[in-house]
Amino acid sequence: MKVELHVNGKLRTADVEARKSLLDTLREDFNLTGAHAGCEHGVCGACTVLVDGAPTRSCLMFACQADGYEITTIEGLAPSAGELSVLQDAFCETHGLQCGFCTPGMIISAHALLQREANPTREDILEAISGNICRCTGYGQIVEAVELAAEKLRGVNNPNAQPLPQEVGGRQ
Amino acid sequence: MKPAPFDYVRPDTVAEVCTILAGDENARIIAGGQTLVPMLAMRLARPTRLIDVLRLPGLSGIRRDGDAMVFGAATRQVEAERSAMVAKDLPLLSRALPWVGHPPTRNRGTVGGSIANADPSAEIPLVAVTLEAELIIEDTDGEMPMAADDFFMGPMFTAMPLSGCLTAVRFPIWQAPHLGVGFHEVSARKSDFAFVSAAAQVALDEEGICTRVALGIGGVGDRAMKLDVEGLVGSRLDAKEIDDAVATAVETLEATSDLHASASYRQRVARALGAQAVISALADARKHEGRP
Amino acid sequence: MNAESPGFRFVSSNRRVREDRRFVVGKGQYVADVALDGMLHVAIVGSQYPAARILGIDASAALAMPGVHDVLTGAELAASTEPLMNGLETPHVKRYPMAIDQARYAGEWVAVVVAESRALAEDAAEKVKVTYEPLPYVIKAEEALDPKSPPVHSEHGSNVLLDKQFVWGDVDKHFAESPKHLSYRVVWGRNSTVPIETFGVVASWDPWREILDVWASIQMPKYADQIARALRIPLNGVRVHQDVDVGGSYGVKRGIKHSVVVSYLARKLGRPVRILEDRLENMRAGDAHGPDRIFDVELAYDDNGIIKSMRMRALDNAGAYAGRAPFQLGKPIGAIVGPYKIESVAYRAQSVTSNKAAQEAVRGFGQAPTNYAIETGLDKVARACGLDRLEVRRRNFINKDEFPYLIPSGTRYDSGDYHTVADKVMAHLGGYEALVKERDDLRAQGLMAGIGIAACLEPSGGNSSFEPLLNEKNQTTTWMDSCRINVDGLGFVTVTIHTTSAGQGHETLAATVVAEVLEIDPDRIRIVRPDTLASLPSNSPVGSRMAIMLGGACFHAAGKLKAKLIKIGAHRLGIMPDQATYKAGSVAAEDGRKLEWADLVTIGHRGFHLLPPDTEPGLEVTHVMQVPTGTKLPENGRVQMYPCHSFEFHMVLVAFDPVVAKPEIRRYVIGHDCGTVINPHIVKGMTLGGIAHGLGAALLEEFVYDDEGQMLTQSFMDYLLPSSHEVPHVEIVHHCTPSPFTVFGQKGSGESGYLGSPAAISSAMNDAVEPLGIGFSKLPIRIYAVSDAIAAARQSQDDKQGNTP
Repeated sequence: MKVELHVNGKLRTADVEARKSLLDTLREDFNLTGAHAGCEHGVCGACTVLVDGAPTRSCLMFACQADGYEITTIEGLAPSAGELSVLQDAFCETHGLQCGFCTPGMIISAHALLQREANPTREDILEAISGNICRCTGYGQIVEAVELAAEKLRGVNNPNAQPLPQEVGGRQ
Repeated sequence: MKPAPFDYVRPDTVAEVCTILAGDENARIIAGGQTLVPMLAMRLARPTRLIDVLRLPGLSGIRRDGDAMVFGAATRQVEAERSAMVAKDLPLLSRALPWVGHPPTRNRGTVGGSIANADPSAEIPLVAVTLEAELIIEDTDGEMPMAADDFFMGPMFTAMPLSGCLTAVRFPIWQAPHLGVGFHEVSARKSDFAFVSAAAQVALDEEGICTRVALGIGGVGDRAMKLDVEGLVGSRLDAKEIDDAVATAVETLEATSDLHASASYRQRVARALGAQAVISALADARKHEGRP
Repeated sequence: MNAESPGFRFVSSNRRVREDRRFVVGKGQYVADVALDGMLHVAIVGSQYPAARILGIDASAALAMPGVHDVLTGAELAASTEPLMNGLETPHVKRYPMAIDQARYAGEWVAVVVAESRALAEDAAEKVKVTYEPLPYVIKAEEALDPKSPPVHSEHGSNVLLDKQFVWGDVDKHFAESPKHLSYRVVWGRNSTVPIETFGVVASWDPWREILDVWASIQMPKYADQIARALRIPLNGVRVHQDVDVGGSYGVKRGIKHSVVVSYLARKLGRPVRILEDRLENMRAGDAHGPDRIFDVELAYDDNGIIKSMRMRALDNAGAYAGRAPFQLGKPIGAIVGPYKIESVAYRAQSVTSNKAAQEAVRGFGQAPTNYAIETGLDKVARACGLDRLEVRRRNFINKDEFPYLIPSGTRYDSGDYHTVADKVMAHLGGYEALVKERDDLRAQGLMAGIGIAACLEPSGGNSSFEPLLNEKNQTTTWMDSCRINVDGLGFVTVTIHTTSAGQGHETLAATVVAEVLEIDPDRIRIVRPDTLASLPSNSPVGSRMAIMLGGACFHAAGKLKAKLIKIGAHRLGIMPDQATYKAGSVAAEDGRKLEWADLVTIGHRGFHLLPPDTEPGLEVTHVMQVPTGTKLPENGRVQMYPCHSFEFHMVLVAFDPVVAKPEIRRYVIGHDCGTVINPHIVKGMTLGGIAHGLGAALLEEFVYDDEGQMLTQSFMDYLLPSSHEVPHVEIVHHCTPSPFTVFGQKGSGESGYLGSPAAISSAMNDAVEPLGIGFSKLPIRIYAVSDAIAAARQSQDDKQGNTP
């Protein structure tokens, strides 16, 4: 069947079987391979994308159910080619990843948290990423990345904010 | 792990849903799909047709209706979790929702879907049984209410008519000068299905005497169970009394055993968490001003 | 960090990890992202039985479906391929990628369906009819050891793959002389590293060039060799693309059977073929489970808690095929006494086949289970002597002035300062007494509370010497790794590494090391990974070796390049090389005359007439690095197993309600000494991730088989990986004892945290229930088992009190 999906601000169409997941459609039909298949039964979170701004398992949704929503994948978060979002940059700064396989889903979940909550507590962060399993990091540097990004984002909108340490964001 | 082929339909009315169900016994309703899709992917469920009701007009939303809070069956769990009205008037559900799956599954999973799925360890069915919620089911021959306790029959097994569609859930709102709730759960990981969960709601009068109490236990047997702790009504409730009442009540539970938790564990923890839930509810009630 | 490693420009500095940029935007290139024109997809038909004769396979209904291209059986494949490699000399335990006439575990590949899409392949797989005759089976190791048990490979005659007794030192005498003995059993449940990416491989055959192209999520020494051998094609006809990002491995990404199947199919069908395991296939039959081990240990010690001698029997359940699994009993020989001065050891290594899935190498290669067994003993000795557990460890530690320290089994530990690391951890905690008080306060509140302690080593950078040690026909004495550096005609530096990576940051490592030696900006160095046909030898990132071996190869290659630059510069300046000074890319004479980088590059690339005699043009160097200390075959059952030995010291405080029994880790501090740290971010991540992984092994994760031989934990609903809620905040206390055997003093860290956290958490759980006189001797320690044991202990206490009026 034919589906029309709004993905990263563009209308895209694909001809898919009803049983084809949104994840497989993004990856195979739209060549958006940043969302990954880790378990295909909704536990690991590697396939997480935003559906109308809310982190959602793209393996637990069929493409044919996804029309009419604004879908954002990891490819839709970077401001432009070669430029990172504040959160993505923070993940690089704290090395909040290793193999990178869970990272897109992790960043999607953390991004949604920061959209909703400018001052997340450690507990908020742990809850927001609790549906994204990372096997490499033990989560420590991921939590640091989200904290750092929250701090930087708060500073962006606060002219009186303390300047950030030079090292942060200084290097590419 | 790809589902077997199926047809997909998205009707505009509940009546259509029921008609399709009546004409095809292998058709299945999908709402949030957070439990159903994994079963499809593993080919443990093989419907011929999926009937998508998630965006069916009129099936979503939360409203006050007299002494009840009514949830459209397709209301997302996250909406209920973040609703100030639910937090104020139906605090037990509010307390339970953060234990349902994890944030991304709550973003898509629905209140009615969790009930229709009838997992014995799921939190929303537990609250429904504890508070004696009423389920509104529409069938080809009209709408009928059903008590939650009558609906749940076993693991993933309900009294839903073959062509029935759950349209709404009515949770009673208790009127009391002081109302408190308690919810406790244990699982291997926070987001896993509960080994044991306990939900309690307590109403006190102006003197602090218990006028009404409800306690439900999930995860222990083949369905969520409301326990008989009526003996606590009329008392000021101390920890000993509560523990004794719960200890007696949990004896009626038949605990299941699996890889992750033995029956003896479930039985023992049902008592502990059941008592803790009532104690938490009591403390909560004492803390709060009267609710409407 | 810099304070500990003075004099480095880039090594040990908190520079970013260069790989991260592509991953945070979703631009990693994993095997699932390799989509070739005309690529076909595979689904597996797995055995329903743990042991069954395959009487017939009827694929006609599947083959009749449009879009289905082939149904491959084990018999067809075996006729055209060689068996897969075995580690031991067990010629009758043959292993092919698929079952031939007999299935040996539930889920084993019986047929492989090839179709236009994965979904279609699954549809067709359901239509393949296999007729089985169920056979007797054996699941438990101790039953498999029984000669009467049904042999998994009847031609082999029994289920025993390996039964080797080592005696290092005068064990009997030491036992006879020691005033105290104790014995115990601990059991390590079968678990694995379970990366979030399953295994996948794509193969494509070009019949005109006669080249097999392979893209795989692989972390495996000599991978291309094994494919070539199995398919009977020349190794220079196999081109493995190493620029594939691997989505986690920690040892297990070694899908050789998958690779042989798709390679065979690609040649047969003339189309590229991909297998991408789904999670069920991965868990059931990915052949990637880890050690599954019973330890029986005896210790001889004195009243002061000094352990003189140890007897250890390790019985491992290898599963249905041998592979390299038995070798995981061998690596721990290189640190068989842990950080302790145990003078003699008797070690019996036993490996048996069973009707479980086959094992693969798992992080630590057997070291984590062995550490758990040793550390359990340290706690027991302390309790038996009435001594504190920390004090007993301190008394048995090797002293820092005793290095290099020769252990009974033949390895000389390079360096260490265990007492200081322990002291630093205690200081960080505000003193050991403070932690004890915190535990006792929790106990006073009615909680069960316990302190866990674990000290252990991470042997790193080794030579795979366990192979010749356990198999005399194997004469391996090198496990090299390589680096090539090319300075191009415009003066830019490109460094090649010759293996895949699974998140270990090898590109950052190589750039940092080359930049350090050449004194140039690491960010301007390009790192590439050529395919295997263009590669120098590598043995892939196994055994915590890359900082030592790839780092070492890069160091030596950069040193060769620097020497060449100096030679060119000195010749041009008319001085001897030893009179020239190299600084940040320039070469200067004592009188101040100087050639800049660009000048040297121009001479190297264009000015042959200006080159010193006998100098090749261009600025390209290579170095193939031999393992430090790895020079000899084993002698008398002794061998230098690994050159370097990192140290970790864990302190854990857990508390839990005695009824609900869900442990909460209140405090987790690890003291870590891996010598000179090359990139602190990477080492920190490895350590934190290793601890989380170990927490899973200690409390949550297990591949459980029921009495029918079926695996119960096939999905992530039952095989429980720790989430952010379960992993505690971990504090790391650093120490640096450089290794004398490596170029910067670095040691390995790829297994750090994991090697000691299961032992530490077990120690804490046991300390928590110690007042009740009970304990837990099997991992994982499940919540219900804790609660049930406490309830039983309290019941029996009550009964006793009731009996004594």
